[in-house]
Amino acid sequence: MSYYPARRRSNNLWMSLSVAAAGFGLLWLVLILATLLFKGFAGLSLAVFTEMTPPPGSAGGLLNPIAGSIIMTVIGVVIGTPIGMLAGTYMAEYGRTSKLTLVVRFINDILLSAPSIVIGLFVYTVMVAQMGHFSGLAGAVSLAILVIPVVVRTTEDMLNLVPNTLREAGAALGMPRSLVIRHIAYKAASAGLVTGVLLAIARVSGETAPLLFTSLNNQFWSTNLNAPMASLPVVIFQFALSPYKDWQALAWTGALIITFSVLTLSIMARLIVAKGKTR
Amino acid sequence: MSEHIVTAFDQELNALKQKIAEMGGLAEKMVSDAMLALSRRDAELAQSVRQMDARLDALQREIEEAAVLTIARRQPMAVDLRDIVATIRIASDLERVGDLAKNIGKRVMAMEGQTLLPKAVIGLMHLSKLVLMQLKVVLDSYTARSVENAVDVWQRDTEVDALYTSIFRELLTYMMEDPRNITFSTHLLFTAKNLERIGDHATNIAETVHYLVTGASLPLDRPKGPGSITALSDVSAG
Amino acid sequence: MIPKDPMIPEIPMTMESPMTMPATPDAALREKITIRDLKFYYGTSLALKGISLPLYDRKVTAFIGPSGCGKSTLLRVLNRMYDLYPGQHAEGEVLFDGANVLAPDQDRNLLRSRIGMVFQKPTPFPMSIYDNIAFGIRLYEHLPKAEMDGRVETALRRAAIWNEVKDKLGSSGLGLSGGQQQRLCIARTVAIKPEVILFDEPCSALDPISTAKIEELIDELSSDYTIAIVTHNMQQAARVSSQTAFMYLGELVEFGVTSQMFTAPSDKRTQDYITGRFG
Repeated sequence: MSYYPARRRSNNLWMSLSVAAAGFGLLWLVLILATLLFKGFAGLSLAVFTEMTPPPGSAGGLLNPIAGSIIMTVIGVVIGTPIGMLAGTYMAEYGRTSKLTLVVRFINDILLSAPSIVIGLFVYTVMVAQMGHFSGLAGAVSLAILVIPVVVRTTEDMLNLVPNTLREAGAALGMPRSLVIRHIAYKAASAGLVTGVLLAIARVSGETAPLLFTSLNNQFWSTNLNAPMASLPVVIFQFALSPYKDWQALAWTGALIITFSVLTLSIMARLIVAKGKTR
Repeated sequence: MSEHIVTAFDQELNALKQKIAEMGGLAEKMVSDAMLALSRRDAELAQSVRQMDARLDALQREIEEAAVLTIARRQPMAVDLRDIVATIRIASDLERVGDLAKNIGKRVMAMEGQTLLPKAVIGLMHLSKLVLMQLKVVLDSYTARSVENAVDVWQRDTEVDALYTSIFRELLTYMMEDPRNITFSTHLLFTAKNLERIGDHATNIAETVHYLVTGASLPLDRPKGPGSITALSDVSAG
Repeated sequence: MIPKDPMIPEIPMTMESPMTMPATPDAALREKITIRDLKFYYGTSLALKGISLPLYDRKVTAFIGPSGCGKSTLLRVLNRMYDLYPGQHAEGEVLFDGANVLAPDQDRNLLRSRIGMVFQKPTPFPMSIYDNIAFGIRLYEHLPKAEMDGRVETALRRAAIWNEVKDKLGSSGLGLSGGQQQRLCIARTVAIKPEVILFDEPCSALDPISTAKIEELIDELSSDYTIAIVTHNMQQAARVSSQTAFMYLGELVEFGVTSQMFTAPSDKRTQDYITGRFG
């Protein structure tokens, strides 16, 4: 019993330190969001969503980079998700004990933490350099390469969480393996799988580095995948570095839009997971 | 037999075993006291036999309650289940033995002041010795879990039956010789019948011990001795 | 269909030796499954050391024994559930209506449609109650809607759960209580009309009332199905089965008529186990 007061003191000390550390982390998030709101909110208007990026000194919006970002992200996700899901499915379902899975998992982890600029350079070498010009497609491919490891990881993890007894129950009815995976494992892991894809979207929609080397930028409206394409991150990068006040203001507004889109996606992902758990 | 993982279960079974031992001792004493009272014509002793019966009944009830509780608590299986069932059965047999001894005591008191032929009691004393021996051996076989001794008792019941038949004939003779003998002879006849019944309970216990140890029952019909009395004995048994 | 009471022994002629009853069951019993010298390996370790016993047609056979004795393993050999995992293999013979289940050319899915299995933890699929049942049926038969409805109802009735779920067939099977989920799983198994049902500790996660309902169900099902049940609850084995097998350390110690096993087992290890004297 004599240790009790000492334990309490020690407990209180560590508890305070943990709370302080958490508060410190949150503080920066709040500061960032506040700055973004403060600087970017003023620039929010209908014009931002309806007009093209302006030349310096004139009024304009961000329609072409928003559209470009959406197009490239969608294509990137559409290419990356099936590949990632199939790979993750192999690793969790068929090759759980195979050496190939170990190798793939190792490489995937490296890919997951690889600097995105490296991926941009890679796509530049294999696509942009070969084709001779920057293109939206190359941007989409580089985003797809970023999507794959995230989806592989979440798919494998989520499928591993599906209890084996459920697979056995399926098999016990005489269900072939593929049906068990499609109709039971995927269904049981659906919330997690959707979350993985949402997280992947959140991750790539803010990427600048790979796009600088692949889709570059475009001052004008363009949906041609074979030509350079504007994107929000790159436009923010370019406008923020410029000396023009109105471009800087647009950069802040773009940053605000992108941040809150990502935030919304993340919150949605959390909600889906939470809902999946309570069911 | 090794012990249970749950020690309390062993304690409960041991407690039951001890209570049976106590009942057995009490029942034996009641039978021997009742017969002693008969040979000495001692009404006071006979009265004490009647009083002992209350204790025996109480013990039987205690055993039954404890056994039921153990079944409810432990859900006994196999040898444990047989053990508890055996306990209940033996307690009820011993309680009946007590009743029969008590009845002998009553008859001793009823015969108080009457004259009786001393030689008429000799056969009964033989019978009681044999029956008491049976009771003692079978109770020991229960304590020692000995099938051999139990089967011995079970087979030796023919001797009890034979002796009872001869006493029956003897008493019948006295009654035919002189009508004044009829009253005490009838009492003695019932006493003999009671002793024979006590012998039956001893064989019941032997069967129970056999079941307890082996898990198998002995055959339903016991070996019958030669010359068993037929219709007449059934009437007298009441 | 009351079997000849095995408690009435044959009257022995001699009194000298303690009598033991023969464990041979009624000759009228037909062997639905015959296990002969079955050995099972987890990798290199031997989990079943040459088991031989029959499962009688339309009888309940209970498997008891301490954890790790191999009883669940044995069950998982019968429908070749072990095939799902690499490194596990079985030797010997398991004759199911005369054909060896362990033969390499045995169609496992077909086998599992004939030998159903109910698991320790209830394993409803993450879909509606109706689909939980219909899913298994659709694997084998294409039925018009009305007919399918009938089959689902029959299966749910057979599993004594129809009255509890008939008004919410469209809601998720995961929303049911544990006992209801387990009966749903039994309904699902029954729906595909197997010949044998394996129960692997079906009540270990259930409360006494749900357990009683499952036991009642097993009792009823035994008139149409050959049933094998693994259980840690000896009273349950005594209640539901007509034959009992006691296994210990991968060996079959004793197999016989249940009433005999629980009142007068012939092997000392069986006696020690069922009276709680083990270890």
